[in-house]
Amino acid sequence: MGNPPWPLRLFRRSYRTPLSPFGTQTSGAVNFLARSLLRASQADLPHAASTTPAPQGPPSVTAGNRKFGRSPPGRYQVIEGIMSPVSDRYGKKGLVSARHRVAMAKLALETSDWIRVDPWESEQDTWTETVKVLRHHYNEALRAFQSKKEFTRNKHPMESSAGDSLSCQQPVLPELKLLCGADFLQTFKTPNLWKEEDIKEIVGKFGLVCISRAGSDPSQFIQESDLLSKFQHNIFLVREWIQNEVSATQIRSALCRGLSVKYLIPDSVIAYIVQHNVYTAESERRNEGHLLQPLRLQNPTINPLRD
Amino acid sequence: MMSRIPVILLACGSFNPTTNMHMRLFELARDHLHQTGRYQVIEGIMSPVSDRYGKKGLVSARHRVAMAKLALETSDWIRVDPWESEQDTWTETVKVLRHHYNEALRAFQSKKEFTRNKHPMESSAGDSLSCQQPVLPELKLLCGADFLQTFKTPNLWKEEDIKEIVGKFGLVCISRAGSDPSQFIQESDLLSKFQHNIFLVREWIQNEVSATQIRSALCRGLSVKYLIPDSVIAYIVQHNVYTAESERRNEGHLLQPLRLQNPTINPLRD
Repeated sequence: MGNPPWPLRLFRRSYRTPLSPFGTQTSGAVNFLARSLLRASQADLPHAASTTPAPQGPPSVTAGNRKFGRSPPGRYQVIEGIMSPVSDRYGKKGLVSARHRVAMAKLALETSDWIRVDPWESEQDTWTETVKVLRHHYNEALRAFQSKKEFTRNKHPMESSAGDSLSCQQPVLPELKLLCGADFLQTFKTPNLWKEEDIKEIVGKFGLVCISRAGSDPSQFIQESDLLSKFQHNIFLVREWIQNEVSATQIRSALCRGLSVKYLIPDSVIAYIVQHNVYTAESERRNEGHLLQPLRLQNPTINPLRD
Repeated sequence: MMSRIPVILLACGSFNPTTNMHMRLFELARDHLHQTGRYQVIEGIMSPVSDRYGKKGLVSARHRVAMAKLALETSDWIRVDPWESEQDTWTETVKVLRHHYNEALRAFQSKKEFTRNKHPMESSAGDSLSCQQPVLPELKLLCGADFLQTFKTPNLWKEEDIKEIVGKFGLVCISRAGSDPSQFIQESDLLSKFQHNIFLVREWIQNEVSATQIRSALCRGLSVKYLIPDSVIAYIVQHNVYTAESERRNEGHLLQPLRLQNPTINPLRD
Protein backbone atom coordinates (compact mmCIF):
# COMPACT_ATOMS: atom_id res chain seq x y z
CA MET A 1 0.00 0.00 0.00
CA GLY A 2 1.17 3.52 0.13
CA ASN A 3 -0.07 4.27 -3.33
CA PRO A 4 -2.03 7.46 -3.11
CA PRO A 5 -5.63 7.13 -4.18
CA TRP A 6 -5.83 7.61 -7.93
CA PRO A 7 -7.20 11.01 -8.80
CA LEU A 8 -10.23 10.85 -10.99
CA ARG A 9 -11.96 13.44 -12.99
CA LEU A 10 -15.57 12.58 -13.61
CA PHE A 11 -16.86 13.89 -16.84
CA ARG A 12 -20.55 14.06 -17.52
CA ARG A 13 -21.65 14.37 -21.06
CA SER A 14 -25.25 15.39 -20.99
CA TYR A 15 -27.76 14.64 -23.61
CA ARG A 16 -31.37 15.27 -24.23
CA THR A 17 -33.89 12.81 -23.06
CA PRO A 18 -34.17 9.15 -22.21
CA LEU A 19 -35.66 8.61 -25.63
CA SER A 20 -32.73 9.78 -27.69
CA PRO A 21 -30.03 7.34 -28.72
CA PHE A 22 -27.57 9.15 -26.53
CA GLY A 23 -29.95 9.73 -23.71
CA THR A 24 -29.41 8.69 -20.19
CA GLN A 25 -32.13 7.88 -17.73
CA THR A 26 -31.08 10.57 -15.40
CA SER A 27 -31.47 13.72 -17.35
CA GLY A 28 -31.61 15.59 -20.55
CA ALA A 29 -28.99 17.65 -22.27
CA VAL A 30 -28.57 19.76 -19.22
CA ASN A 31 -31.63 21.06 -20.85
CA PHE A 32 -32.81 20.39 -17.48
CA LEU A 33 -30.81 19.98 -14.44
CA ALA A 34 -32.96 17.41 -12.81
CA ARG A 35 -31.73 16.47 -9.42
CA SER A 36 -31.05 12.93 -10.49
CA LEU A 37 -28.41 14.17 -12.89
CA LEU A 38 -26.58 15.74 -10.03
CA ARG A 39 -27.26 12.65 -7.94
CA ALA A 40 -25.50 10.54 -10.54
CA SER A 41 -22.40 12.62 -10.04
CA GLN A 42 -22.52 12.01 -6.34
CA ALA A 43 -22.71 8.25 -6.56
CA ASP A 44 -19.76 6.65 -4.96
CA LEU A 45 -16.87 4.88 -6.54
CA PRO A 46 -15.19 1.72 -5.30
CA HIS A 47 -13.68 3.06 -2.16
CA ALA A 48 -17.02 3.65 -0.52
CA ALA A 49 -18.97 0.66 -1.71
CA SER A 50 -20.08 -2.35 0.18
CA THR A 51 -20.36 -5.78 -1.30
CA THR A 52 -24.05 -6.20 -0.70
CA PRO A 53 -26.39 -4.70 -3.23
CA ALA A 54 -29.27 -4.41 -0.76
CA PRO A 55 -32.16 -2.32 -2.02
CA GLN A 56 -31.74 0.05 0.85
CA GLY A 57 -28.02 -0.12 0.83
CA PRO A 58 -25.37 2.07 -0.63
CA PRO A 59 -24.52 1.80 -4.29
CA SER A 60 -22.96 -1.48 -5.18
CA VAL A 61 -19.99 -0.90 -7.37
CA THR A 62 -18.56 -3.38 -9.75
CA ALA A 63 -16.11 -3.17 -12.55
CA GLY A 64 -17.19 -5.57 -15.22
CA ASN A 65 -18.42 -8.43 -13.12
CA ARG A 66 -16.08 -7.99 -10.23
CA LYS A 67 -17.19 -6.29 -7.09
CA PHE A 68 -14.71 -3.96 -5.57
CA GLY A 69 -16.38 -3.88 -2.25
CA ARG A 70 -14.01 -2.89 0.43
CA SER A 71 -10.95 -4.34 -1.21
CA PRO A 72 -8.98 -2.75 -2.49
CA PRO A 73 -10.08 0.16 -0.37
CA GLY A 74 -9.69 3.77 -1.43
CA ARG A 75 -8.39 3.28 -4.94
CA TYR A 76 -9.80 6.48 -6.34
CA GLN A 77 -10.16 10.07 -5.29
CA VAL A 78 -12.63 12.03 -7.37
CA ILE A 79 -11.14 15.49 -7.70
CA GLU A 80 -13.54 17.13 -10.09
CA GLY A 81 -16.84 16.75 -11.88
CA ILE A 82 -17.52 18.43 -15.21
CA MET A 83 -20.92 18.93 -16.74
CA SER A 84 -20.69 19.52 -20.49
CA PRO A 85 -23.91 20.73 -22.14
CA VAL A 86 -24.26 19.68 -25.76
CA SER A 87 -24.08 22.21 -28.59
CA ASP A 88 -27.28 23.64 -30.09
CA ARG A 89 -26.22 21.90 -33.31
CA TYR A 90 -27.19 18.58 -31.76
CA GLY A 91 -30.60 19.38 -33.18
CA LYS A 92 -32.81 17.66 -30.66
CA LYS A 93 -36.47 18.58 -30.41
CA GLY A 94 -37.10 21.15 -27.73
CA LEU A 95 -33.43 21.94 -27.16
CA VAL A 96 -33.19 25.52 -25.99
CA SER A 97 -30.23 27.82 -26.52
CA ALA A 98 -26.93 26.71 -24.97
CA ARG A 99 -26.71 30.13 -23.35
CA HIS A 100 -29.69 29.21 -21.17
CA ARG A 101 -28.63 25.65 -20.55
CA VAL A 102 -25.18 26.66 -19.39
CA ALA A 103 -26.63 29.39 -17.19
CA MET A 104 -29.06 26.94 -15.58
CA ALA A 105 -26.30 24.41 -15.00
CA LYS A 106 -24.22 27.07 -13.29
CA LEU A 107 -27.09 27.95 -11.00
CA ALA A 108 -27.76 24.34 -10.18
CA LEU A 109 -24.11 23.78 -9.32
CA GLU A 110 -23.73 26.86 -7.15
CA THR A 111 -23.73 24.80 -3.99
CA SER A 112 -21.36 22.16 -5.22
CA ASP A 113 -17.72 22.45 -4.26
CA TRP A 114 -16.44 19.94 -6.81
CA ILE A 115 -18.72 19.88 -9.87
CA ARG A 116 -18.57 22.61 -12.49
CA VAL A 117 -20.08 23.28 -15.88
CA ASP A 118 -17.75 23.66 -18.87
CA PRO A 119 -19.19 25.51 -21.87
CA TRP A 120 -16.48 24.48 -24.35
CA GLU A 121 -18.56 21.86 -26.12
CA SER A 122 -21.63 24.12 -26.29
CA GLU A 123 -19.54 26.88 -27.86
CA GLN A 124 -18.35 24.80 -30.81
CA ASP A 125 -19.80 25.62 -34.22
CA THR A 126 -20.71 22.04 -34.89
CA TRP A 127 -21.85 19.14 -32.80
CA THR A 128 -18.80 17.42 -31.30
CA GLU A 129 -18.41 13.68 -30.97
CA THR A 130 -18.15 12.33 -27.46
CA VAL A 131 -14.63 11.03 -27.93
CA LYS A 132 -13.45 14.47 -29.03
CA VAL A 133 -14.97 16.12 -25.98
CA LEU A 134 -13.18 13.60 -23.80
CA ARG A 135 -9.90 14.28 -25.59
CA HIS A 136 -10.33 18.02 -25.14
CA HIS A 137 -10.90 17.80 -21.41
CA TYR A 138 -8.14 15.26 -21.02
CA ASN A 139 -5.71 17.61 -22.74
CA GLU A 140 -6.81 20.40 -20.46
CA ALA A 141 -6.20 18.21 -17.44
CA LEU A 142 -2.81 17.17 -18.82
CA ARG A 143 -1.83 20.80 -19.30
CA ALA A 144 -2.83 21.64 -15.75
CA PHE A 145 -0.96 18.60 -14.47
CA GLN A 146 2.23 19.51 -16.32
CA SER A 147 2.32 23.05 -15.07
CA LYS A 148 1.65 21.85 -11.53
CA LYS A 149 4.48 19.31 -11.84
CA GLU A 150 6.79 22.01 -13.17
CA PHE A 151 5.87 24.23 -10.26
CA THR A 152 6.53 21.50 -7.72
CA ARG A 153 9.86 20.65 -9.30
CA ASN A 154 10.95 24.25 -9.29
CA LYS A 155 10.01 24.49 -5.66
CA HIS A 156 12.07 21.45 -4.59
CA PRO A 157 14.89 21.07 -7.14
CA MET A 158 17.04 18.77 -5.02
CA GLU A 159 14.52 15.94 -4.60
CA SER A 160 14.65 12.57 -6.18
CA SER A 161 11.37 10.78 -6.63
CA ALA A 162 12.44 7.56 -4.92
CA GLY A 163 11.92 7.26 -1.21
CA ASP A 164 11.86 10.96 -0.56
CA SER A 165 9.33 12.00 2.04
CA LEU A 166 8.18 14.82 -0.18
CA SER A 167 7.84 12.68 -3.30
CA CYS A 168 4.28 11.78 -2.36
CA GLN A 169 3.45 15.40 -3.02
CA GLN A 170 4.25 14.91 -6.71
CA PRO A 171 1.02 15.46 -8.56
CA VAL A 172 -0.42 12.28 -10.06
CA LEU A 173 -1.85 12.46 -13.56
CA PRO A 174 -5.61 12.14 -13.17
CA GLU A 175 -7.81 9.79 -15.13
CA LEU A 176 -10.80 11.20 -16.96
CA LYS A 177 -13.91 9.04 -16.99
CA LEU A 178 -17.20 9.43 -18.75
CA LEU A 179 -20.18 9.47 -16.41
CA CYS A 180 -23.35 8.14 -17.96
CA GLY A 181 -26.54 6.20 -17.52
CA ALA A 182 -27.11 2.59 -18.48
CA ASP A 183 -28.98 3.53 -21.65
CA PHE A 184 -25.91 5.29 -22.94
CA LEU A 185 -24.06 2.01 -22.66
CA GLN A 186 -26.83 0.34 -24.65
CA THR A 187 -26.37 2.77 -27.54
CA PHE A 188 -23.06 1.09 -28.33
CA LYS A 189 -25.02 -1.64 -30.05
CA THR A 190 -27.06 0.72 -32.24
CA PRO A 191 -25.85 -0.02 -35.78
CA ASN A 192 -23.83 2.74 -37.47
CA LEU A 193 -23.98 5.02 -34.51
CA TRP A 194 -20.50 4.48 -33.13
CA LYS A 195 -17.15 3.81 -34.77
CA GLU A 196 -15.46 0.85 -33.14
CA GLU A 197 -12.22 2.72 -32.58
CA ASP A 198 -14.12 5.43 -30.75
CA ILE A 199 -15.72 2.93 -28.39
CA LYS A 200 -12.28 1.44 -27.76
CA GLU A 201 -10.91 4.85 -26.94
CA ILE A 202 -13.83 5.90 -24.74
CA VAL A 203 -13.92 2.69 -22.76
CA GLY A 204 -10.31 1.59 -23.03
CA LYS A 205 -8.34 4.78 -22.74
CA PHE A 206 -10.71 6.81 -20.62
CA GLY A 207 -13.25 4.59 -18.87
CA LEU A 208 -16.95 4.70 -18.04
CA VAL A 209 -18.80 5.23 -14.79
CA CYS A 210 -22.26 3.99 -15.52
CA ILE A 211 -25.18 4.63 -13.18
CA SER A 212 -28.08 2.26 -13.45
CA ARG A 213 -31.40 2.27 -11.73
CA ALA A 214 -32.26 -0.20 -9.01
CA GLY A 215 -33.50 -3.39 -10.60
CA SER A 216 -31.51 -3.08 -13.80
CA ASP A 217 -28.14 -4.71 -14.38
CA PRO A 218 -26.01 -3.78 -17.38
CA SER A 219 -23.28 -6.30 -16.61
CA GLN A 220 -24.88 -8.90 -18.83
CA PHE A 221 -24.91 -6.47 -21.72
CA ILE A 222 -21.21 -5.93 -21.15
CA GLN A 223 -20.50 -9.65 -21.12
CA GLU A 224 -22.34 -10.12 -24.41
CA SER A 225 -20.11 -7.60 -26.16
CA ASP A 226 -16.60 -8.74 -27.07
CA LEU A 227 -15.41 -5.17 -27.16
CA LEU A 228 -16.92 -4.10 -23.85
CA SER A 229 -16.00 -7.25 -21.94
CA LYS A 230 -12.41 -6.70 -23.00
CA PHE A 231 -12.46 -3.39 -21.16
CA GLN A 232 -14.75 -4.34 -18.32
CA HIS A 233 -12.05 -3.50 -15.78
CA ASN A 234 -12.52 0.08 -16.91
CA ILE A 235 -16.33 0.16 -16.71
CA PHE A 236 -17.61 1.00 -13.26
CA LEU A 237 -21.21 0.01 -12.64
CA VAL A 238 -22.96 1.97 -9.94
CA ARG A 239 -26.41 1.11 -8.69
CA GLU A 240 -28.62 4.09 -7.88
CA TRP A 241 -30.08 3.21 -4.49
CA ILE A 242 -32.83 5.82 -4.58
CA GLN A 243 -35.57 5.47 -7.14
CA ASN A 244 -35.38 8.93 -8.50
CA GLU A 245 -36.46 9.25 -12.09
CA VAL A 246 -36.77 12.94 -12.67
CA SER A 247 -36.76 13.21 -16.45
CA ALA A 248 -36.10 16.54 -18.09
CA THR A 249 -38.87 15.87 -20.58
CA GLN A 250 -41.40 15.52 -17.78
CA ILE A 251 -40.12 18.67 -16.16
CA ARG A 252 -40.54 20.68 -19.37
CA SER A 253 -43.99 19.22 -19.84
CA ALA A 254 -44.99 20.16 -16.31
CA LEU A 255 -43.70 23.68 -16.78
CA CYS A 256 -45.70 24.15 -19.94
CA ARG A 257 -48.80 23.04 -18.06
CA GLY A 258 -48.18 25.38 -15.16
CA LEU A 259 -47.50 22.55 -12.71
CA SER A 260 -45.04 22.85 -9.87
CA VAL A 261 -41.51 21.45 -10.26
CA LYS A 262 -40.32 22.75 -6.92
CA TYR A 263 -38.08 20.26 -5.07
CA LEU A 264 -37.37 18.49 -8.39
CA ILE A 265 -34.98 21.05 -9.77
CA PRO A 266 -33.14 23.75 -7.84
CA ASP A 267 -35.08 26.89 -6.91
CA SER A 268 -32.50 29.05 -8.66
CA VAL A 269 -33.09 27.19 -11.92
CA ILE A 270 -36.87 27.57 -11.56
CA ALA A 271 -36.42 31.31 -11.00
CA TYR A 272 -34.21 31.57 -14.09
CA ILE A 273 -36.74 29.71 -16.22
CA VAL A 274 -39.54 31.98 -15.10
CA GLN A 275 -37.50 35.13 -15.50
CA HIS A 276 -36.31 34.28 -19.01
CA ASN A 277 -39.43 32.39 -20.09
CA VAL A 278 -37.18 29.56 -21.26
CA TYR A 279 -39.68 26.78 -21.81
CA THR A 280 -42.76 27.41 -23.88
CA ALA A 281 -44.95 25.55 -26.34
CA GLU A 282 -42.80 27.15 -29.02
CA SER A 283 -39.47 26.05 -27.57
CA GLU A 284 -40.79 22.49 -27.37
CA ARG A 285 -41.38 22.53 -31.12
CA ARG A 286 -37.83 23.57 -31.94
CA ASN A 287 -36.03 21.07 -34.23
CA GLU A 288 -39.28 19.18 -34.70
CA GLY A 289 -38.91 16.73 -37.56
CA HIS A 290 -35.15 17.17 -37.71
CA LEU A 291 -32.72 14.32 -37.47
CA LEU A 292 -30.21 14.37 -34.64
CA GLN A 293 -26.85 15.59 -35.84
CA PRO A 294 -24.93 12.36 -35.05
CA LEU A 295 -27.46 10.40 -37.10
CA ARG A 296 -27.31 12.96 -39.87
CA LEU A 297 -23.54 12.55 -40.08
CA GLN A 298 -23.80 8.77 -40.29
CA ASN A 299 -26.36 8.91 -43.08
CA PRO A 300 -25.60 11.85 -45.36
CA THR A 301 -27.89 10.51 -48.07
CA ILE A 302 -31.00 10.84 -45.94
CA ASN A 303 -32.69 14.18 -46.28
CA PRO A 304 -32.83 15.23 -42.64
CA LEU A 305 -35.32 18.04 -42.96
CA ARG A 306 -38.95 17.16 -42.85
CA ASP A 307 -41.64 19.76 -42.89
CA MET B 1 -69.46 33.23 -10.59
CA MET B 2 -68.64 30.44 -8.18
CA SER B 3 -65.71 31.20 -5.99
CA ARG B 4 -63.24 28.55 -5.04
CA ILE B 5 -63.36 26.77 -1.71
CA PRO B 6 -60.26 27.51 0.35
CA VAL B 7 -58.40 24.40 1.44
CA ILE B 8 -55.75 23.76 4.07
CA LEU B 9 -53.63 20.64 3.61
CA LEU B 10 -52.34 18.83 6.69
CA ALA B 11 -49.65 16.16 6.52
CA CYS B 12 -48.83 14.05 9.55
CA GLY B 13 -45.74 11.91 9.72
CA SER B 14 -42.39 11.27 11.33
CA PHE B 15 -40.47 13.61 9.04
CA ASN B 16 -37.36 11.88 10.17
CA PRO B 17 -35.87 13.77 8.30
CA THR B 18 -37.96 15.91 5.96
CA THR B 19 -37.09 14.95 2.40
CA ASN B 20 -37.76 16.52 -0.97
CA MET B 21 -40.43 13.91 -1.47
CA HIS B 22 -42.39 15.10 1.56
CA MET B 23 -42.51 18.55 0.10
CA ARG B 24 -43.42 17.25 -3.35
CA LEU B 25 -46.57 15.74 -1.82
CA PHE B 26 -47.77 19.23 -0.99
CA GLU B 27 -46.94 20.64 -4.41
CA LEU B 28 -48.68 17.78 -6.20
CA ALA B 29 -51.77 18.03 -4.02
CA ARG B 30 -52.06 21.75 -4.57
CA ASP B 31 -51.71 21.46 -8.34
CA HIS B 32 -54.34 18.74 -8.41
CA LEU B 33 -56.89 20.63 -6.35
CA HIS B 34 -56.34 23.80 -8.36
CA GLN B 35 -56.88 21.95 -11.60
CA THR B 36 -60.33 20.82 -10.46
CA GLY B 37 -61.26 24.49 -10.63
CA ARG B 38 -63.16 24.18 -7.38
CA TYR B 39 -60.50 24.73 -4.76
CA GLN B 40 -57.91 27.24 -3.74
CA VAL B 41 -55.20 25.83 -1.50
CA ILE B 42 -54.36 28.56 0.97
CA GLU B 43 -52.02 26.77 3.34
CA GLY B 44 -50.02 23.61 3.93
CA ILE B 45 -49.22 22.32 7.39
CA MET B 46 -46.55 19.77 8.20
CA SER B 47 -47.17 18.15 11.58
CA PRO B 48 -44.29 16.03 12.89
CA VAL B 49 -45.40 13.22 15.19
CA SER B 50 -44.65 13.26 18.91
CA ASP B 51 -41.62 11.37 20.27
CA ARG B 52 -44.15 9.18 22.09
CA TYR B 53 -45.02 7.56 18.78
CA GLY B 54 -42.21 5.18 19.60
CA LYS B 55 -40.97 4.39 16.13
CA LYS B 56 -37.55 2.85 15.68
CA GLY B 57 -34.94 5.47 14.86
CA LEU B 58 -37.22 8.42 15.66
CA VAL B 59 -35.01 11.29 16.77
CA SER B 60 -36.10 14.06 19.10
CA ALA B 61 -39.00 16.23 17.93
CA ARG B 62 -36.85 19.26 18.59
CA HIS B 63 -34.58 18.19 15.72
CA ARG B 64 -37.37 17.05 13.44
CA VAL B 65 -39.24 20.33 13.78
CA ALA B 66 -36.03 22.32 13.25
CA MET B 67 -35.20 20.34 10.10
CA ALA B 68 -38.73 20.77 8.75
CA LYS B 69 -38.46 24.53 9.29
CA LEU B 70 -35.21 24.62 7.36
CA ALA B 71 -36.65 22.53 4.57
CA LEU B 72 -39.64 24.84 4.30
CA GLU B 73 -37.68 28.09 4.34
CA THR B 74 -38.20 28.61 0.64
CA SER B 75 -41.90 27.82 0.65
CA ASP B 76 -44.38 30.65 0.78
CA TRP B 77 -47.39 28.52 1.69
CA ILE B 78 -46.26 25.46 3.67
CA ARG B 79 -45.31 25.70 7.32
CA VAL B 80 -44.46 23.32 10.13
CA ASP B 81 -46.69 23.23 13.19
CA PRO B 82 -45.12 21.80 16.35
CA TRP B 83 -48.37 21.39 18.29
CA GLU B 84 -48.64 17.63 17.82
CA SER B 85 -44.95 17.07 18.60
CA GLU B 86 -45.33 19.05 21.84
CA GLN B 87 -48.10 16.90 23.29
CA ASP B 88 -47.24 14.65 26.22
CA THR B 89 -48.75 11.63 24.58
CA TRP B 90 -49.11 10.42 21.03
CA THR B 91 -52.16 12.05 19.45
CA GLU B 92 -54.58 10.25 17.20
CA THR B 93 -54.80 11.57 13.64
CA VAL B 94 -58.43 12.59 14.01
CA LYS B 95 -57.55 14.72 17.04
CA VAL B 96 -54.76 16.47 15.19
CA LEU B 97 -57.23 17.25 12.40
CA ARG B 98 -59.76 18.58 14.91
CA HIS B 99 -57.15 20.79 16.54
CA HIS B 100 -56.05 22.39 13.28
CA TYR B 101 -59.62 22.73 12.12
CA ASN B 102 -60.51 24.59 15.31
CA GLU B 103 -57.54 26.86 14.83
CA ALA B 104 -58.67 27.60 11.27
CA LEU B 105 -62.21 28.20 12.49
CA ARG B 106 -60.97 30.63 15.10
CA ALA B 107 -58.95 32.53 12.53
CA PHE B 108 -61.90 32.53 10.17
CA GLN B 109 -64.28 33.89 12.81
CA SER B 110 -62.04 36.75 13.81
CA LYS B 111 -61.46 37.61 10.16
CA LYS B 112 -65.23 37.61 9.57
CA GLU B 113 -65.76 39.77 12.63
CA PHE B 114 -63.14 42.19 11.39
CA THR B 115 -64.74 42.39 7.95
CA ARG B 116 -68.19 42.93 9.46
CA ASN B 117 -66.93 45.69 11.69
CA LYS B 118 -65.30 47.35 8.76
CA HIS B 119 -68.47 47.40 6.65
CA PRO B 120 -71.43 47.39 9.10
CA MET B 121 -74.07 48.47 6.56
CA GLU B 122 -73.66 45.54 4.15
CA SER B 123 -76.08 42.77 3.58
CA SER B 124 -74.66 39.51 2.34
CA ALA B 125 -77.04 39.13 -0.60
CA GLY B 126 -76.10 40.70 -3.89
CA ASP B 127 -73.78 43.23 -2.38
CA SER B 128 -70.66 43.82 -4.45
CA LEU B 129 -68.52 43.59 -1.33
CA SER B 130 -70.14 40.39 -0.08
CA CYS B 131 -67.73 38.31 -2.11
CA GLN B 132 -65.04 39.60 0.19
CA GLN B 133 -66.63 37.70 3.06
CA PRO B 134 -64.12 35.10 4.06
CA VAL B 135 -65.18 31.56 3.19
CA LEU B 136 -64.70 28.87 5.82
CA PRO B 137 -61.77 26.76 4.63
CA GLU B 138 -61.83 22.99 4.44
CA LEU B 139 -59.05 21.05 6.11
CA LYS B 140 -57.88 17.94 4.29
CA LEU B 141 -55.45 15.24 5.28
CA LEU B 142 -52.58 14.84 2.85
CA CYS B 143 -51.21 11.33 2.73
CA GLY B 144 -49.70 8.56 0.63
CA ALA B 145 -51.51 5.54 -0.69
CA ASP B 146 -50.09 3.33 2.04
CA PHE B 147 -51.82 5.43 4.65
CA LEU B 148 -55.11 4.65 2.95
CA GLN B 149 -54.28 0.96 3.08
CA THR B 150 -53.86 1.08 6.87
CA PHE B 151 -57.61 1.57 7.19
CA LYS B 152 -58.00 -2.13 6.67
CA THR B 153 -55.46 -3.14 9.37
CA PRO B 154 -57.60 -4.82 12.03
CA ASN B 155 -57.97 -2.92 15.30
CA LEU B 156 -55.90 0.00 14.16
CA TRP B 157 -58.71 2.45 13.42
CA LYS B 158 -62.07 3.07 15.03
CA GLU B 159 -64.79 3.20 12.40
CA GLU B 160 -66.14 6.51 13.62
CA ASP B 161 -62.68 8.03 13.28
CA ILE B 162 -62.39 6.91 9.66
CA LYS B 163 -65.82 8.40 9.01
CA GLU B 164 -64.77 11.68 10.53
CA ILE B 165 -61.41 11.83 8.75
CA VAL B 166 -62.80 10.96 5.34
CA GLY B 167 -66.32 12.30 5.66
CA LYS B 168 -65.95 15.51 7.59
CA PHE B 169 -62.45 16.49 6.57
CA GLY B 170 -61.37 14.66 3.42
CA LEU B 171 -58.26 12.98 2.08
CA VAL B 172 -55.81 13.99 -0.60
CA CYS B 173 -53.95 10.81 -1.36
CA ILE B 174 -50.80 10.79 -3.47
CA SER B 175 -49.97 7.52 -5.13
CA ARG B 176 -46.95 6.58 -7.12
CA ALA B 177 -47.08 6.08 -10.85
CA GLY B 178 -48.30 2.57 -11.58
CA SER B 179 -50.33 2.15 -8.42
CA ASP B 180 -54.05 2.83 -8.24
CA PRO B 181 -55.85 3.00 -4.90
CA SER B 182 -59.31 3.49 -6.42
CA GLN B 183 -59.98 -0.23 -6.40
CA PHE B 184 -59.16 -0.38 -2.71
CA ILE B 185 -61.67 2.41 -2.14
CA GLN B 186 -64.38 0.63 -4.11
CA GLU B 187 -63.88 -2.52 -2.08
CA SER B 188 -64.56 -0.67 1.15
CA ASP B 189 -68.19 0.21 1.93
CA LEU B 190 -67.07 2.97 4.22
CA LEU B 191 -64.57 4.56 1.85
CA SER B 192 -66.70 4.28 -1.27
CA LYS B 193 -69.44 6.13 0.58
CA PHE B 194 -67.08 9.11 0.94
CA GLN B 195 -65.22 8.78 -2.33
CA HIS B 196 -66.35 12.23 -3.39
CA ASN B 197 -64.15 13.46 -0.56
CA ILE B 198 -61.08 11.39 -1.41
CA PHE B 199 -58.85 13.02 -3.98
CA LEU B 200 -56.48 10.64 -5.72
CA VAL B 201 -53.40 12.29 -7.13
CA ARG B 202 -50.96 10.46 -9.35
CA GLU B 203 -47.30 11.24 -8.77
CA TRP B 204 -45.96 11.81 -12.28
CA ILE B 205 -42.34 11.69 -11.26
CA GLN B 206 -41.01 8.45 -9.93
CA ASN B 207 -39.50 9.77 -6.80
CA GLU B 208 -39.15 7.38 -3.94
CA VAL B 209 -36.88 9.18 -1.55
CA SER B 210 -37.55 7.29 1.68
CA ALA B 211 -36.42 8.81 4.95
CA THR B 212 -35.21 5.35 6.04
CA GLN B 213 -32.85 5.14 3.08
CA ILE B 214 -31.65 8.65 3.77
CA ARG B 215 -30.79 7.81 7.37
CA SER B 216 -29.08 4.64 6.27
CA ALA B 217 -27.00 6.54 3.73
CA LEU B 218 -26.05 9.15 6.30
CA CYS B 219 -24.86 6.52 8.74
CA ARG B 220 -22.67 5.04 6.00
CA GLY B 221 -21.20 8.39 5.04
CA LEU B 222 -22.86 8.48 1.63
CA SER B 223 -24.02 11.65 -0.03
CA VAL B 224 -27.69 12.68 0.21
CA LYS B 225 -27.14 15.97 -1.55
CA TYR B 226 -29.99 16.81 -3.93
CA LEU B 227 -32.31 14.38 -2.06
CA ILE B 228 -32.93 16.56 0.95
CA PRO B 229 -32.32 20.31 1.21
CA ASP B 230 -28.76 21.52 1.81
CA SER B 231 -29.86 23.34 4.94
CA VAL B 232 -31.18 20.10 6.41
CA ILE B 233 -27.93 18.29 5.59
CA ALA B 234 -25.97 21.06 7.29
CA TYR B 235 -28.20 20.82 10.37
CA ILE B 236 -27.78 17.05 10.55
CA VAL B 237 -24.01 17.34 10.32
CA GLN B 238 -23.81 20.18 12.82
CA HIS B 239 -25.99 18.44 15.41
CA ASN B 240 -24.90 14.88 14.60
CA VAL B 241 -28.56 13.92 14.43
CA TYR B 242 -28.38 10.50 12.81
CA THR B 243 -26.04 7.92 14.21
CA ALA B 244 -25.96 4.16 14.69
CA GLU B 245 -27.25 4.88 18.17
CA SER B 246 -30.19 7.02 17.08
CA GLU B 247 -31.19 4.27 14.66
CA ARG B 248 -31.49 1.84 17.57
CA ARG B 249 -33.85 4.10 19.53
CA ASN B 250 -37.20 2.42 20.30
CA GLU B 251 -35.87 -0.86 18.96
CA GLY B 252 -38.20 -3.65 19.93
CA HIS B 253 -40.90 -1.28 21.09
CA LEU B 254 -44.42 -1.37 19.80
CA LEU B 255 -45.76 1.72 18.06
CA GLN B 256 -47.94 3.72 20.41
CA PRO B 257 -51.16 3.41 18.38
CA LEU B 258 -50.79 -0.38 18.42
CA ARG B 259 -49.99 -0.31 22.11
CA LEU B 260 -53.21 1.56 22.81
CA GLN B 261 -55.28 -0.92 20.84
CA ASN B 262 -53.74 -3.92 22.59
CA PRO B 263 -53.08 -3.01 26.20
CA THR B 264 -52.66 -6.68 27.15
CA ILE B 265 -49.55 -7.11 25.02
CA ASN B 266 -46.35 -6.32 26.85
CA PRO B 267 -44.89 -3.76 24.49
CA LEU B 268 -41.38 -3.63 25.87
CA ARG B 269 -38.95 -6.19 24.63
CA ASP B 270 -35.29 -6.13 25.52
